[in-house]
Amino acid sequence: MSHWIIAPVVLPAFLAPLIVLWMRYDLRSQRIFSIAGMTVLLAIAVKLAVDASAGQAIVYRLGNWEAPFGIVLVLDRLSALMLILTAGLGLAVALYAIGSGWDKRGWHFHSLLQFQLMGINGAFLTGDAFNLFVFFEVLLIASYGLMIHSGGEARLKAGVQYVVYNLAGSTLFLFALGTIYSVTGTLNMADLAGKVAQLPADDTALIRVGAILLMLVFAVKAALVPLQFWLPATYANAPGPVAALFAIMTKVGVYAIVRIYTLVFPEAGTIGGLAAQILMPAALASLIIGMVGVLGARDLGRVAAYAVIGSVGTMMLAFAQFDAAATGAGLYYMVHSTFAAAALFLIVDLVAQRRGMAGLRLVAAAPIAQGGLIAALFFAAAIAMAGMPPLSGFLGKLMILDATQGQWGIWAAILVTSLLAIVGFGRAGSEVFWKAHATDAPATDLPEAPSHGLAFVAVGGLLAVLVGMTIFAGPVTVWLQATADQIHAPGGYVEAVMAGAAERADWPPGTAQAAPAEALPDTTLPAPEPGSEPGAEPQSAETEQGG
Amino acid sequence: MEALVASGIGVLTAAGIYLILRFRTFPVVLGMTMLSYAVNVFLFATGRLVVNMPPILNHLGENTPGYTDPIPQALVLTAIVISFGMTAVVVMLSLGAFIEAGNDKIDLGDEEKNT
Repeated sequence: MSHWIIAPVVLPAFLAPLIVLWMRYDLRSQRIFSIAGMTVLLAIAVKLAVDASAGQAIVYRLGNWEAPFGIVLVLDRLSALMLILTAGLGLAVALYAIGSGWDKRGWHFHSLLQFQLMGINGAFLTGDAFNLFVFFEVLLIASYGLMIHSGGEARLKAGVQYVVYNLAGSTLFLFALGTIYSVTGTLNMADLAGKVAQLPADDTALIRVGAILLMLVFAVKAALVPLQFWLPATYANAPGPVAALFAIMTKVGVYAIVRIYTLVFPEAGTIGGLAAQILMPAALASLIIGMVGVLGARDLGRVAAYAVIGSVGTMMLAFAQFDAAATGAGLYYMVHSTFAAAALFLIVDLVAQRRGMAGLRLVAAAPIAQGGLIAALFFAAAIAMAGMPPLSGFLGKLMILDATQGQWGIWAAILVTSLLAIVGFGRAGSEVFWKAHATDAPATDLPEAPSHGLAFVAVGGLLAVLVGMTIFAGPVTVWLQATADQIHAPGGYVEAVMAGAAERADWPPGTAQAAPAEALPDTTLPAPEPGSEPGAEPQSAETEQGG
Repeated sequence: MEALVASGIGVLTAAGIYLILRFRTFPVVLGMTMLSYAVNVFLFATGRLVVNMPPILNHLGENTPGYTDPIPQALVLTAIVISFGMTAVVVMLSLGAFIEAGNDKIDLGDEEKNT
């Protein structure tokens, strides 16, 4: 059995308390351990991606409990991709926080960062819907701490809004899970897939309610219109590196939508095309409102925040097609936009640190230190975010357009909003960087920070990933297309999780024949047979988990 | 019993939603608490309402007239712990915002309107 699957959760879970308890007053060791942890996490994620590329979903049964009764972690190509994305982003954020000195402006930055990564990794790996809720809470509670890092009135107020909004979302999540459980009697995603498919076609009202409640929860996380209100204030008021890390938080929602609505509620299944019908207008509205927001914002931080909403809308247009080709295009755009948005937030923070009193408002102020370099970086990130050639945003949008051929509404929305984004970014950039030279104020001084070089390394690294994605677009898309194919053939996932469960539940042989079928509409769970406790057959479970 | 529990959940939820839409932090925190109570009772009810039944089968699976579903109870336990912790977080955060800003309005300040 490969224990590596749980490493992305266990490693940060050990590192975070270690940083709090053992090196509380020693910033240097905190930094060393944080960077080392991120690097190891990235290596583990790459190793897991290589394992997952073999094609099979790999199942890890926690405590060796049987699949529908215990919690499973499932590693497939999609989870592995998200793990790499998280670890790569985490490394860049940690480097930037050290380089810019953000981590010493408050307590516990690095341990909260590790807890956050633990929650995100767990959410990507888990194969159990209630466990997904728990990991959502883990990543949220860490994000509350990160969001208000180093305090300040505006940040705390925005933090309260963020927390209340997300607590309401968590409550909704529980309502959704309760509704689904009351219909199916299970919360294991693979088991749910089977049970939902067997529901009688004329009695699907309650499961539809559950499915849509769940969709609302994930839409809150993904900041899809009309549930995006928390995002601009949160991202604009969060510390720069935290806002960059939050670029992966919207993708947690996107991931959950893709996972649940292909695995548990596929289009051919019980709830039909309900998910697509709801997602499509929401994605279009997100795209339009996001890009109009880029054009209309009066603050550089909000320009970046609205660009995130727009990019989520773009990728959801692709995912809402619910076919393999569009999903592959959407995955490419998702990887691109995560790194591009993170780079943009870090650059915005570089500007904010240097502008002093002028802050991020889009008004002409004194030229900033290293203005030329930062302007060039902003230019590159804006090109990536708006989807202009030569960077990968262009390729991503091109693939999405290609996958939605014939749907003129989508084409028009994507092309027009791209123009809006270009104008918006052009306006913001010229206001902040060019008009500064028209003022005769002296350049502001560089603030105190240990190592500015490291901050630029982090931004440059993120942009280098985008360049890499453009140059190696061929192999990357092949891998992502295989991922999309795997997502749209959920049979393999279900089989891997439930492999042998029916046989093992049938113990002693012949006694549990009717259990799974008859228990369905009933109120009770399938009665576990006395001998089917997981402890009773460790050997057989052991052999199952190898492949 | 079903009607009582259902209307109880409904009233709690309605009160909670009304309160989280208020514009001061104290009622909002109270509303969040109400909502989490409502969802906890709702989760209990998802295993169907049964009175005086053991949450576990008889060892041999015989002589039991029925049992209450233990899984929602485990889910509720988790949910209670999480919502308790979250309430503590939101109280601390609201206090921090109140001390920094001098008022407990949930809206952002005037600078927000200008951006």
